[in-house]
Amino acid sequence: MRRFVKLLVVLVVAVQLLAFQAVAGELVIKGSTTVLPIAQKAAEAYMAENPDVKISLSGGGSGNGIKAIIDGTAQIGNASRFIKQKEVNLAGTKGVYPVPFRIALDAIVPVVHPKNSVTDLSMAQLKDIYLGKIRDWKVVGGTPGRIVVISRDSSSGTFGVWKDMVMLKDRVVPSALTVPSNGGIVQAVAKTPGAIGYVGLGYLSAEIKAVKVNGVTGTEETTLNGAFPISRGLFMFTQGWPKGDTMSFISFILSKKGQMLVKEAGSIPVFDL
Amino acid sequence: MKRQQIDKTVQSGFLLIALFSITALSLIVLFLFAEGVPILEHVTLKEFVFGQYWYPTDEPADFGIFPLILGSICVTLLSGIISIPLGVMTAIYLAQIAPVRVAEIVKPIVELMASMPSVVIGFFGMVVVAPFIQQLFNIPVGLNMFNASLMLAFMAVPTICSISEDAIFSVPTALEEASLALGATHFETIVRVIVPASLSGICTAVILGLSRAIGETMVVLMAAGGAAMIPRSIFDPVRPLPASIAAEMAEAPFKSEHYHALFAIGIVLFVFTFLFNLVADYISYRFRQVGEASL
Repeated sequence: MRRFVKLLVVLVVAVQLLAFQAVAGELVIKGSTTVLPIAQKAAEAYMAENPDVKISLSGGGSGNGIKAIIDGTAQIGNASRFIKQKEVNLAGTKGVYPVPFRIALDAIVPVVHPKNSVTDLSMAQLKDIYLGKIRDWKVVGGTPGRIVVISRDSSSGTFGVWKDMVMLKDRVVPSALTVPSNGGIVQAVAKTPGAIGYVGLGYLSAEIKAVKVNGVTGTEETTLNGAFPISRGLFMFTQGWPKGDTMSFISFILSKKGQMLVKEAGSIPVFDL
Repeated sequence: MKRQQIDKTVQSGFLLIALFSITALSLIVLFLFAEGVPILEHVTLKEFVFGQYWYPTDEPADFGIFPLILGSICVTLLSGIISIPLGVMTAIYLAQIAPVRVAEIVKPIVELMASMPSVVIGFFGMVVVAPFIQQLFNIPVGLNMFNASLMLAFMAVPTICSISEDAIFSVPTALEEASLALGATHFETIVRVIVPASLSGICTAVILGLSRAIGETMVVLMAAGGAAMIPRSIFDPVRPLPASIAAEMAEAPFKSEHYHALFAIGIVLFVFTFLFNLVADYISYRFRQVGEASL
């Protein structure tokens, strides 16, 4: 009987040790779909280097990423925008101090159907199109035809940046189509000849045509030197100053190797490689 | 154990199981109301239901869901206009006109269509149907009310057809034979005898089909265009209620006004489907076929 008890104690301790190991080596990352491709590439590379660390990754949007940090359901929350005052207050009431890390830059580029003849729009024209004041392509120098305005859902981080930088807080016209993702915008614009939409730089493809803004083409260079007017930082938030695996993962992303992966994922590294 | 005791135990066992599922459902309803009603602290009921603008993340925000309600109703009605004749006529064909062999092949296919995942139908609408109707009708955008209604009709037809078919099939043969014996043609028998006799079943089928359409989320999210505007033509994009909940819930901050507003939309949707079911119940009671003599 005593031997049995001893065995049981050993087993329990062993199980607990194992469980502890599993917890220590697990990293949960949640949030913005814009940051997702970067996080995915980085997580794969990081896990290849550190086989004892398990990273679980999911999307859900910037708001969800920050919420996960505040609730403690994730170690890292991705966001394609900076934290809002409301969220800071909420974190404060729960005794959480979210720490931002700017891990990449992104430009938001207006896009049109490849057959559209318009190549350049000013910020004011973009605003008027999204306000519903300009309804026809001929007003901005294109072939006549109704402009189909395509926007993102009001809670997306990309929409938030568009609203702050292009709309200057004014409202997008109610008749604008809304699409739940960057990929959805590409899909909709590619199939609609009169459409205009906006996507992150990483989502540009041959199916759609990027439009210059104030005469500047949206590229990595013009974003880094500040010439392209619609750009933003992409962030990873941690709960307090990061420790252990969280710290080394953040350091990995901010290293030269990590920033190469940022570039591979279609976003812009925070420093010149 | 005595046989009576076993009987008692079985009875209370079933009672427990029935209570469990009913309690779970009522708790969900309770939760829905508990999370949705607080929006009335920020807007009045009239502003919420009849407000023209849906800008939930603005400062200050506008929570008017009238365009969303209208979107849901229009999409459901239009899909009904398409799917009811198709579904009911297919059912009549299968139950009355088609040779047994054809019916044996076609009926399982129709039922198979009912099990098509809605996300597949939504994707089809977005990628295939949208460009097609855009070119066909020469309209600016293919993601609109018409597209969504067409896709919802695809989903409603199998439901309407298979339930109506069952209703028509279960009309007593004696009625049909009597009608034919009196000299009525097959067509007259179908129109004057078979269809009236199975009307309650057909109505139930229609309402079940339509309530599937009004609650359907994925299809309207992908194919309806998602513009929170009051539609002026069937080719305008709309944003039905379920699409708003699905698109915005993940991003709405927990316990915020936006969060409560989305739950309140859930209540509105619940009221709609509840009314649908009440009507279905009433109709199936009102037009119930009692015996063979009540025609």
